[in-house]
Amino acid sequence: MRFDSLLDSVGRTPLVGLPRLSPSSDVRLWAKLEDHNPTGSIKDRAALRMILEGEKDGRLKPGCTILEPTSGNTGISLAMAAKLRGYRMVCVMPENTSEERRQILGMWGAEIVSSPAAGGSNEAVRVAKRLAQEHPDWVMLYQYGNPANPQAHYEGTGPELLEDLPEITHFVAGLGTTGTLMGVGRFFRDHKPEVRIVAAEPRYGELVYGLRNMDEGFVPELYDPSLIDARFSVGPRDALRRTRQLIEEEGIFAGISTGAILHAALAQAAKSVAAGERADIAFVVCDGGWKYLSTGAYTGTIAEAEERLEGQLWA
Amino acid sequence: MAVEVRIPTILRQYTDGEKAVNGEGKTLDELFDDLESRHAGLRARLVDENGLRRFVNVYLNDEDVRFLGGLTTELKDGDSVTVLPAVAGG
Repeated sequence: MRFDSLLDSVGRTPLVGLPRLSPSSDVRLWAKLEDHNPTGSIKDRAALRMILEGEKDGRLKPGCTILEPTSGNTGISLAMAAKLRGYRMVCVMPENTSEERRQILGMWGAEIVSSPAAGGSNEAVRVAKRLAQEHPDWVMLYQYGNPANPQAHYEGTGPELLEDLPEITHFVAGLGTTGTLMGVGRFFRDHKPEVRIVAAEPRYGELVYGLRNMDEGFVPELYDPSLIDARFSVGPRDALRRTRQLIEEEGIFAGISTGAILHAALAQAAKSVAAGERADIAFVVCDGGWKYLSTGAYTGTIAEAEERLEGQLWA
Repeated sequence: MAVEVRIPTILRQYTDGEKAVNGEGKTLDELFDDLESRHAGLRARLVDENGLRRFVNVYLNDEDVRFLGGLTTELKDGDSVTVLPAVAGG
């Protein structure tokens, strides 16, 4: 495949079968390898689309500063695209994220403002909103509320899945900004409404939920629960176990959030087997494991790895 | 018929600091009523006149109850219920 530039190569990722993890020839699992995107994560799709839409509607002009609250991948994708298109990039990132993410952001020229660990990404959103008020000339693309985020999946991820797997019965992805699930969910509601949309949500340690009160909670503006059919909370133990199973049985080296998604996909596969139904379950490999090596997720026992993840924003 | 309910840090003021409490009920609604009888004030933090509060997520055996039956979701002996505040990802 040939492209005019790196940015033109975003998307059109491989869909690979999982012959060892699939329970039978009637109930099959398929992995959408989003780590094949230019910066190694699914967020390249949303980041590029948000920048292109920002340029189109005139919010982004040459030399602009882009501001974004992010736990890592969106910031990395935006930093790459910003560098290539001539913008300054400022990321607000919780301090309890992996060291690799900081180094990678720096490599693409992004500046990092740290937000407190307690409260996780909620706190990053709050700090970014404050900075946006202090710097009215900065442009916050705001992945949690920007319709270009799900649109990238409505026009990209969704159609790619249907083309590669016309017999698809289930789609499983992670729930963060909700962009992937909203975009792919709406695509299937419009084009193959019998496809069930399943969300896997990472359940972190207590520190991350350390809000001062319940009213400080956060639901992304993009979230429309009518576009999904089930939502599972997956803790670090199951996420780690599945991340390791994916590399041991299928050779796919993925990040920890992918383990959480695989856990929900395997639960769906078991349900389909029990019900005697045919199922073709596609799930998202959000990124590779490289950025998480320093978390210790891949070494020692699961219990040791789980302990090391305590208090970390691992997805 | 006992159900274990995990309580997030910010609501433990209602459970004397306990991370998990036991309760009873055929539905989530009944369970919350039962909890209220021993942990006064808790129910109002979870539920308002429209059902579950906006920033409260409740999971039955790891599945979000909003996609089951909401407050009318039926419970079984030995089920596990987890309450968490809604937080951002991405």
